[in-house]
Amino acid sequence: MQQFITHFFRKRSGYVSAFFLLVIVFTATFGEAIAPYDPLDVQVKIKLQPPSAEHWLGTDELGRDLLSRIVVASRISLLAGLTVLVLSVTTGIILGLISGYAGGLVDEILMRLTDIFLAFPPLILALTITAVLGPGLRNAMLAISISWWPWYARLVRGMVLSIKEKEYIMAEHAIGAPGWRIMLFHMIPNLISVVIVQAALDMGSALVLASSLSFIGLGVQPPQPEWGAMVSEGRRYVFVAWWTGAFPGLAIFATVYLFNAFGEVLNETLSRRDVII
Amino acid sequence: MSRFIVRRLISLVFVSIGITLITFTVSHIVPSDPARLALGARAQPEAVQKMREKMGLDRPLPEQYLTYMTGLFRGDFGDSLYTRRTVREDLADYLPASIELTITSLLLVIVFGYPLGVLASYHQGRWIDRLVNSLSVIGVAIPVFWIGIVFQLIFYRGLQWLPAEGRLPIGVDGPPTVTNLLILDSLLAGDIKMLGTVLRHLTLPAVTLALPNLAYVVKLVRANMIEEMSKDYVCTAKSKGLTRKYILWKHALPNGLLPAITLTGMLVGAMLAGAFLVEIIFNWPGIGWYTLKTILSQDFMAVISVTLIVALVYMLSNLAVDLLYIRLNPRIRYS
Repeated sequence: MQQFITHFFRKRSGYVSAFFLLVIVFTATFGEAIAPYDPLDVQVKIKLQPPSAEHWLGTDELGRDLLSRIVVASRISLLAGLTVLVLSVTTGIILGLISGYAGGLVDEILMRLTDIFLAFPPLILALTITAVLGPGLRNAMLAISISWWPWYARLVRGMVLSIKEKEYIMAEHAIGAPGWRIMLFHMIPNLISVVIVQAALDMGSALVLASSLSFIGLGVQPPQPEWGAMVSEGRRYVFVAWWTGAFPGLAIFATVYLFNAFGEVLNETLSRRDVII
Repeated sequence: MSRFIVRRLISLVFVSIGITLITFTVSHIVPSDPARLALGARAQPEAVQKMREKMGLDRPLPEQYLTYMTGLFRGDFGDSLYTRRTVREDLADYLPASIELTITSLLLVIVFGYPLGVLASYHQGRWIDRLVNSLSVIGVAIPVFWIGIVFQLIFYRGLQWLPAEGRLPIGVDGPPTVTNLLILDSLLAGDIKMLGTVLRHLTLPAVTLALPNLAYVVKLVRANMIEEMSKDYVCTAKSKGLTRKYILWKHALPNGLLPAITLTGMLVGAMLAGAFLVEIIFNWPGIGWYTLKTILSQDFMAVISVTLIVALVYMLSNLAVDLLYIRLNPRIRYS
């Protein structure tokens, strides 16, 4: 762990991305306290004001302060990405473990199932499922997870296949340890770091996917602020008030960029042979 | 080699059946009754019941699935509640616009992505590599639906160079319809001025759709080539006194680009999905735009059919890429 931290923070993109991500997480946690105005406060008199000293990022079509809305929206946007990852990683680990460990027919069926799900581009499958279930953040996150778990199931299965041949697993078999025990205490600890790195690398995509659904109008519903939905609302006024569409999108871009940078340094650090957690 | 292809084709049949099973299932988890949706909220219960029977919703599920499948084989995707036409007619109208957009973007990605990736890897560590690399890292993080709006702001509102929406200016009739792919149709009609108009409208949507995927390809190709150039055989070739350029063209490129070809298949999926967002931003009358309209009017049959078509196209393009891969890779070709 010590080595890991040293190597991670030796890289500039490592500590810079970690620092700014912390800032974003802090903003997401204390959103309402940090936001200068009430994000839902409608003041038609000051609608579509350009950025100024009072409203740093301007106001939207209902006179709501854009900065406050972006700040408060960060929690929903981050949580959406995180929930999608947790749901799909958990499903992926469970099914991947079963598939790789059981082998034979079970493996064949589960892997063909992943083939079928992977035949759909994630956004399209998620969009259809959400459209049918009804728009809303919960359905959107569920739908994205349904289209996403197969990636993790495959990753985990692949690792289980190689771990299965290791001597310590054979030793467990020899002393008569039950399958669930081997999977839970011996396989998961050996594959979890790779899965976490993959999840960190995917966090940006999860965030973009969730905000894309909100942009289409299937995710978070108004008046609740969410970055994708805000870009969509701002789009209608963007030619008279560029800030309405530009700033919320910039927030998505910056966050995704930071997560990608963070994930990549994490990946590089953990693939070093001398680093053991 | 033929064993590979046979196995691939068997799995193709299997996956296509799986895809239809999923779309069928999704069409049956609709919380609201399709018969009621078709008739409207104020319909009499008897009428709804009759509609249910007419739509076959009272039959057992396996039977409904069989009917669905026979319909699909005849190219029958059901009716759209939004346009009051068959989904098939709608798709015939909207699909060409999406095809034109996606193929143009894909060409942009291939024509610029692979060379830029190779170029960056060749100059690894120098300014050109650092520039290309940072641009690609930025590019992959940009949400498509945002950069489209930013482009509209810059090139339409600001510079007034390019139109913001649609395939053609409002009130302008397109070239005589042959394929409904406007580039092809203008060429067939020999109308160069029309071709210019069509291309001007296509530029922003196509570049928007291409950008994140382009960045992704550059990143991957660069990483692949750098890895390839650090392999032992390259070292051997260097010690034989071959120039770096020669090694790159003759040895590293064929090996390094092979994995990137598989990526192109996946790109098609990403671009089909991205096209949905791009079409909404640029009012591009393709299947993404159509899907949005049908979602808003709760026209699920149309949404599900579009999903099915997209999945099939994605699957077939992956098959094409795999076959190409087999064709190009001597290690498989001769096994």
